[in-house]
This record gives sequence, C-alpha cells and structure tokens, in this order.
Amino acid sequence: MADYKMHILVCGGTGCRASQAEQIVDDLKTELKNNNLQNEVKVVTTGCFGFCEKGPVIKVVPDNTFYTQVTPVDVKDIVNEHIIKGRPLKRLLYVNPKNDYKVTSTANIDFYKKQVRIALRNCGFINPENIEEFIARDGYASLGKVLSEMTPEQAIKIIKDSGLRGRGGGGFPTGLKWEITSKSVSDQKYVVCNADEGDPGAFMDRSILEGDPHSVIEAMAICGYCIGADKGLVYIRAEYPLAIKRLRVAIDQAREYGLLGNDILSSGFNFDLELRYGAGAFVCGEETALIHSMEGLRGEPTFKPPFPSVSGYLGKPTNVNNVETFANVPVIISKGAEWFSSIGSEKSKGTKVFALAGKVNNVGLIEVPMGTTLREVIYDIGGGIRNGKKFKAVQTGGPSGGCLTVKHLDTPIDYDNLIAAGSMMGSGGMIVLDEDDCMVSIARFYLEFTLDESCGKCTPCRIGNKRLHEILTRITEGNGTMVDLERLRMLSNTIKDTALCGLGQTSPNPVLSTLDNFYDEYVAHVKDHKCPAGQCKSMMSYLIDAESCTGCTLCSRNCPVGAISGEKKMPHYINQSICIKCGICHEKCKFKAISII
Amino acid sequence: MKIKSLADLRSIKAEVQGKIKLREQGENAENIVQIKVAMATCGIAAGAKGVMNFILEEADFKGIDVVVTQTGCMGYCYAEPTIEVILPQKDPVVFGFVTKEKAREIINEYIIKGEMVDGMIPVSYKTVDE
Repeated sequence: MADYKMHILVCGGTGCRASQAEQIVDDLKTELKNNNLQNEVKVVTTGCFGFCEKGPVIKVVPDNTFYTQVTPVDVKDIVNEHIIKGRPLKRLLYVNPKNDYKVTSTANIDFYKKQVRIALRNCGFINPENIEEFIARDGYASLGKVLSEMTPEQAIKIIKDSGLRGRGGGGFPTGLKWEITSKSVSDQKYVVCNADEGDPGAFMDRSILEGDPHSVIEAMAICGYCIGADKGLVYIRAEYPLAIKRLRVAIDQAREYGLLGNDILSSGFNFDLELRYGAGAFVCGEETALIHSMEGLRGEPTFKPPFPSVSGYLGKPTNVNNVETFANVPVIISKGAEWFSSIGSEKSKGTKVFALAGKVNNVGLIEVPMGTTLREVIYDIGGGIRNGKKFKAVQTGGPSGGCLTVKHLDTPIDYDNLIAAGSMMGSGGMIVLDEDDCMVSIARFYLEFTLDESCGKCTPCRIGNKRLHEILTRITEGNGTMVDLERLRMLSNTIKDTALCGLGQTSPNPVLSTLDNFYDEYVAHVKDHKCPAGQCKSMMSYLIDAESCTGCTLCSRNCPVGAISGEKKMPHYINQSICIKCGICHEKCKFKAISII
Repeated sequence: MKIKSLADLRSIKAEVQGKIKLREQGENAENIVQIKVAMATCGIAAGAKGVMNFILEEADFKGIDVVVTQTGCMGYCYAEPTIEVILPQKDPVVFGFVTKEKAREIINEYIIKGEMVDGMIPVSYKTVDE
C-alpha cells in the first residue's frame, strides 16, 4: 500500500503540455522509481495553475514549493535535491522581478497573492481525470444537497440572491434566466453549456474544462433539476481537443458513479449529458446561432425574442450558460448566497477569471474579485509592463470590447464600470498594450477578426464592417482624411444600431473606443502622416544620421534585404526603395544613429 | 461503483479525502503544526528517514494534523537527527538527537500540551523567505 508523503503536481494545461509537461510527468515517475520512491511520492497531473508565462510549472506539496519553467533535464535534480535531500532547487524557483529575490512558496508570489479562486478553485489542485479527487473536494455534494433538501424554486432563489451574472460577457442575471426557463411549460427542456470561447486571447473556459470538468457537469445537473430538464448539451469547439477529452472522461466517470443517468442519488431525478462540437465560428458563441449550429443548421443568429428560455434547441425551452458561470454554481449552493454576494462590487458579485495577455510580465490566467482595479491586475498580479515600457491601454472584451487607458487604471473592474468606460467585460480576455502599439492598427486588427467571423446574414455587419475596415486601412497607409474620421464614427454608430445580433452590434466598439481615447493618434496619422507608435510602416522611413554613424557595418550586416550600403568606418546609407522597414537596423545600432521619421 | 444516495456520496468522500489531504494541508500550512525533518546526508545517516516515518504514523495515530516536510541540512550535524517544529503562530523550535522515543515525547508534550521538552537547540538563524 502506497503511503504518500509528498505530491508533485504537474500542470497539464494546454500551455504547459506544449512545453513538454507530459514528458516531465513520465520522467518524474521513472526517476522516482529508480530511487525506489514510487510509494512515497505521488505524481499528479492537474489543470492549469494560471501562471502560463512561466510554464511548465510544478508544485511540490506539502511544502508548497513552486518551480517554474521546468524542463525534462531538470527532473533528475528535482528528485535528487528536493525529494531526497529536502533542498529546494534554487535555479528553478520563481524570481520576483521587483527585487530579484527567489521565492519558494506560492503563498509569497505576488501573482497569486491578490487572487481569489472560486471558479478556478480546483484548477491546479486536483487531477481532472479522477472523479474521486473531485469528490474529496466536496464535489457533487451541492448536487446532493439540492436534490435532497431543496425544491427547484429554493435552489433558484439561492442563485438569484447570490447576484451571479453571466460570465460569457453579457452579464445577464443567471438566477433570473433559470427562473424564466423553469416557468416555460414544455414536455422537454434543455440545459446548454456554451463552451464556444472565441475571443482572441481568451482561454478561461478551456482551462476550467481542462482543469475541473466535473464542476461544470455538477452545475449543469443542478440547473437541469431547477428548470426541469433531463438533458444537457455542451457546445464546445473542436479546436479544444484536450478539454473535449477531459470532459468525456469526466462524463463517463460521472455515469459510472451514478451521478449522471437515471434516478440520481435515489431522488428520482434523471439527467444526462451530450457533447456537440462546433467548428470554431465566433458567431456561434451567440446563443441563438449556437442553438442553430447544434440543430445541424447554419450557425447564424436569429432575432430575439423569442428567447431560448422560451423557444430554443428544437423549439424547446433551453437554458444557455457559459462555462465559467456554471463553475461558480456548486460553490454558491454549498456556501450560500450571502457568502457569494459578500465578494465583489455592488452590482457585480463574486469573482471574474481573466486571461491576461500582451505586453505584461506575468501572462496567465487569473481570478480576482469584481471591483479589483486595473492597476492591481496589471501591476501587482501582472508584474507590470514588459521591458520597462510605458503602459498605453488595455483591451478588454475582445472584438466586442474597447480600450481602457491610463485614466481608467483605478476604475474598479465590473460589468457596469467597464461599459461606462466604453468597453465591456466580455468573456474576460485582457490584452495589455504598451507605447509601441498603434491604436489605429489595433482597431483594424479587431475589425479584421470580425470581418472574418461575420456570418453575412445582415447588411450592416457584412458590408458596414467591410467599409470600416477599408477606412482604417486607408488611415494606416497614410491616405486618410479628416472626413474619414467622421465617417468612421457615423458608420460605427449605424452598425451598432442596426445589426442583427450581438456580434454586429458590438463590432464597431474597438473603433469607437480608440477614437474616443486616442483621437490624437488618428489625427497624427491623417494630418501629419505619422504613426506615433512607429507601427504603420507605409508612413515611416528609417534614416541614418551621417554624423553619429561610425561605420561599424553592424546594420548592413543585419539587414535582411541588403538595403544598407557604405564603406567601413564611413557613414552608411539606407536605400528607401529596397527597405522593408523591419526595424532591425534601428534595434542593432549601438550609437543611436538610426532614427524613425 | 454506483453512488445511490447522499449518504453514499459522503462516505466515499470520507474515504477519498486522504488522497488530497496532503495538498489541502500544504495550502493551509501556517495554521497547522509543521515539522521539518533535516534530511541531508548527515541526517539520513543518523536515521532521519525512520524518524520521519515514525512521526507521520504517530501523528496519524494521535489524530493530529501535521505537515511533515523534508528540509536540507540545518547545520546541527552533531545533533542529528534534528527536526524543526513550528506550532501555529509560534516561533520555530529545533530539537536535536531525535530518536523515535524522543519524537513521541515531542509530539505528546510539546505539540499536544505545549510543554517544553529537553533537547531543544537554540535557534541561531532566521529563515529568509521574503
């Protein structure tokens, strides 16, 4: 009988797997066996720890030592030094970027200090492919509590009182949605989990499904009981193979344990789950389009009402919630509405998971109470801007959201504040931009995304966005006029007012918010034909200052297209007709002789 | 294995709880008794491994929650095996020449009753961890 004294938790999220986490697990097991420690030390693959920047990450418990950027080469040393001799392996410890101290325990890492993990409570803690570890963490106890002690109305009331709002971005009160669906009369109803996460840079739903699939299954069953549905469907994009695999394993285990199927926990309640795969179209995250896609029709949205809670999948009442929303439900049931509503801000309760990306030191998955300020997220948890550059903006809400700037840094993040600031919560992608990012190009990037993803059904979205994109392209190429800026705003507002679904109605947001917050930058592009961030290539050229140039030849040796010529120790010269404006010469020059104009 | 009732679920939970107990304790280490066993070459040679196993068994038998971790050489090689005991909100105390009998005494007297026992080594260092 194995009597484990230590557990080595290895992150098995997609990010860490991409950098050989699986190999590390195998090597650890082999190495432990070689030292005859296989019965004393257990190796566990878990879900995402969130600290993707420093992956693959490993945590050794009970001493809570946290190792970052581990490679298979390090395995031998971890076993020899830490496991056998009890000395933490210094070179793999996390280094606090602020003071260069090495930090051993997760409790002392700034990245984790300000986080409150509710939806991610089990991610990085349990083995997602082992239902028993989930049960040990009070898994399925909330389902048991609801089935044995509560009427559907009572359970709905708890969710309503908790103040939980839809985490997919819209922020609709979850309890209210459940109540409306429960009141729809029908012989058949459905619970649907929206796992069609599509915002660029967002991966919180994937991480929850990969790290804690059972919590979503449990919540869907609770929802089924509340609204009177015996069937659940998870709509998940086929691009998430690991999440699909873990979800399948979890569903099979839940069936085997009798937690899905007929007469669950002898309560007479039946519930089962099926998976439906999406092809990865962004618009299918919109609930009506999602339902059509599940029905085998084209993934196009239709006009609401009727809302899915009245007429959804196959015309039956359907309750659609996002993955993260569901992940909150079991905890709310077990700890109560009051506990949940004590966390967060006045109108937004609980926590929100964000995928922190872009020019920030600690890229990763974080969960903070609603009402945390952007400054805390970016500087305390995110560790500040990379390479000591200046913060410029943060893009939230993906292609439907907008940019927040320096003046919003101290705004508490919640649904209403973000909308007031001209952006939105969205599903939780947070892309940090620094002084080198051109805001016009950013707006254009998001437009390009919407253009690709527009289903083409309604004219404002199909043609309007195309025109917006053309104007933006014109501006970034230096051919824009001041009239274009007005056209941008007018067209954006028209699209907002007339598009059919959420995708079209929000697609001009990146344009509007950059116009509002960075109007000067637009004007600089149009009037001065200059890109202040130095990103729009057609508007700039690199010049060598003959006086500062020492003729070291470094630039000409590094130029990929051979555009730089000149004799040794003589000033060099850039041939503008050959130059592709890659900026390598500017970067390489040690004498600051190359300037951008 | 079908779970047929809430009672079934609870008994399975109790059964599997141990699987992750170590991790939950680790998260919550500052609120429970921590024992660090010096496991460098000198410690191992003096029998630290047997002592560590004994402490785990004894703590389990007495039903007290402890986090037992290994640590490197504490520098008291003359007094191996050495262990460091940290009661919640108390300063660490180091004991030397810890045999199984001594370990039992430390658990019964110091950890359970909070009374000092012989064999304490004055702590001559502080751990730097931010």
